[in-house]
Amino acid sequence: MILKRIALYGLLMLGTVLFVYPFVWMIFATLKPEMEIPMFGLWPSRFTLQHYQQVFAKIPIGRAFLNSIVVSGSITASVLIFSSMAGYALSRLQFRGKNLMFMLILFTMMIPFQLTIIPLYVLMVKLHWTDTYLALIVPGMMSGFGILLFRQFFQTVPQALLDAARVDGLNDLQILFRIVWPLSRPVLITVGILTFMNSWNEVLWPLIVVRKAELMTMPQLVTIFAVGGMAEAQLGVKLAAAFLLALPVVVAYGIFQRYFIESMASSGLKG
Amino acid sequence: MKVKSKNPAGYGLVAPYWIHFALFMAYPLIFSLILVFHKWDVYTPMQWVGLGNFIRLFKDDLFFQSLLNTLLFLVIHIPLQLVVALLFAVLLNEKIRARGFFRAAYFMPVVISGVVISILWQQLYSQENGVLNLLLTHIGLPKVPWLTSPEWAMPSIALMATWKNVGLYIVLFLAGLQTIPGYLYEAADIDGASAWQKFRSVTLPMLNPTVLLVMILSTIGGFSLFIEPYMLTGGGPMNRTLSAMLYIYKQAFYFNRMGYAATLGFFFALLILGVVLVQRKIVEQEPE
Repeated sequence: MILKRIALYGLLMLGTVLFVYPFVWMIFATLKPEMEIPMFGLWPSRFTLQHYQQVFAKIPIGRAFLNSIVVSGSITASVLIFSSMAGYALSRLQFRGKNLMFMLILFTMMIPFQLTIIPLYVLMVKLHWTDTYLALIVPGMMSGFGILLFRQFFQTVPQALLDAARVDGLNDLQILFRIVWPLSRPVLITVGILTFMNSWNEVLWPLIVVRKAELMTMPQLVTIFAVGGMAEAQLGVKLAAAFLLALPVVVAYGIFQRYFIESMASSGLKG
Repeated sequence: MKVKSKNPAGYGLVAPYWIHFALFMAYPLIFSLILVFHKWDVYTPMQWVGLGNFIRLFKDDLFFQSLLNTLLFLVIHIPLQLVVALLFAVLLNEKIRARGFFRAAYFMPVVISGVVISILWQQLYSQENGVLNLLLTHIGLPKVPWLTSPEWAMPSIALMATWKNVGLYIVLFLAGLQTIPGYLYEAADIDGASAWQKFRSVTLPMLNPTVLLVMILSTIGGFSLFIEPYMLTGGGPMNRTLSAMLYIYKQAFYFNRMGYAATLGFFFALLILGVVLVQRKIVEQEPE
């Protein structure tokens, strides 16, 4: 029995090393002199910040960080507001064609992005939205999946509360944002985390619609830095840029770890 | 007081979704139907080519190569993912301390951008200085040309993608395992079943729905494969890691062939829908 326990924990620890050690290694590698990076061990002969200094000197990574915050923040706010509105209507209001509408929304969620991505780019060109925030934000402002999650959660809100609010003369928007939202922390966090993380990590769409360095989001800028020759094949600099890109998500994951795992498991969608 | 039976507010609250849908989904969908019959470089006027794009597609060896590459990725990625995820989920389902810690550790690569993962693994996979080859040499094995040989490159990318995504599937399997009622195992114990027999005849059949969910999700994910080959190999060596999405991207944005790229996207999307529908059919046929 004891042997079995040891084997069990041994395997679990092995898994931890397998999934976490590469990141630990990466953090230390960004602090090593370039020559010492290709080593399995962590501790260098001396620590250096030169790779980070070079990243900040070569690319506008601070600006890209702000761009990413603006883009992901606007998309998340929009998805929370509009998806909860639709989710509220579809779960708590009666109107003709409601069920059909819900089926249609489920159907629209099945459309593969490969089908629309080229014509959507063409639309951005026609609207003169390329190289603007609009192209980065507006196409991502709605989420059928968010509607689905809100609708499901709102079905559990007691009818008596809504009735009482209506007697007090509140309209539907007031009921949603003043009465229902404060009761809906779990679903707001779930949709918020999923949306923010997906748009933070999105890189294909920014690569398509943005060419100006000062409008690039963080993953896009780091991608172009790493593959475009600006890093001059210096590993330390690339890894430092990659670490800066990962940092905000890692910090958020450290704080909301349980929510991250549960949101993504409940959604079964990945970024 | 009851909610009014016909509430116009309902339409108002759902309207933003549909307006957005009309502009950024329906319009591009309709426009793509026009685009597939044209040759267009965005800068000069569109040129009608009839079925030219489709004829070109069926003669395009490189596109079929990219479909095959994507298929090879899936064939390695999906079984590997299922086995590894199931193994760790079963381990985590034992009575252990610190389950939350282990679960969080395995899940870590899932939340991190594919861009970060690609830069990290480019070092790990490096032929001369990569940590993986250093380890292999250390234990007396020959170096592996992870990303530089046509045979190894796509399997290497599939291995990396599995490492990145498997945490999500561990969590899904763990949730599936926890729904299996304990009395099934008790009944198997009474029949004198071994641990392996219990796994084969109780655990696996009960996990069937999760297995299929994992298959569908990794299929959709695999069909979207883009940033990893874009960063690690650029589609090479010898186009062996050129994924379908990367090929469409190159046609559109390296060569400005919007009509042809839209045609490829159209065909590829139909293929994805077909595969997913077939998988769904299989799900529905499952007993339970």
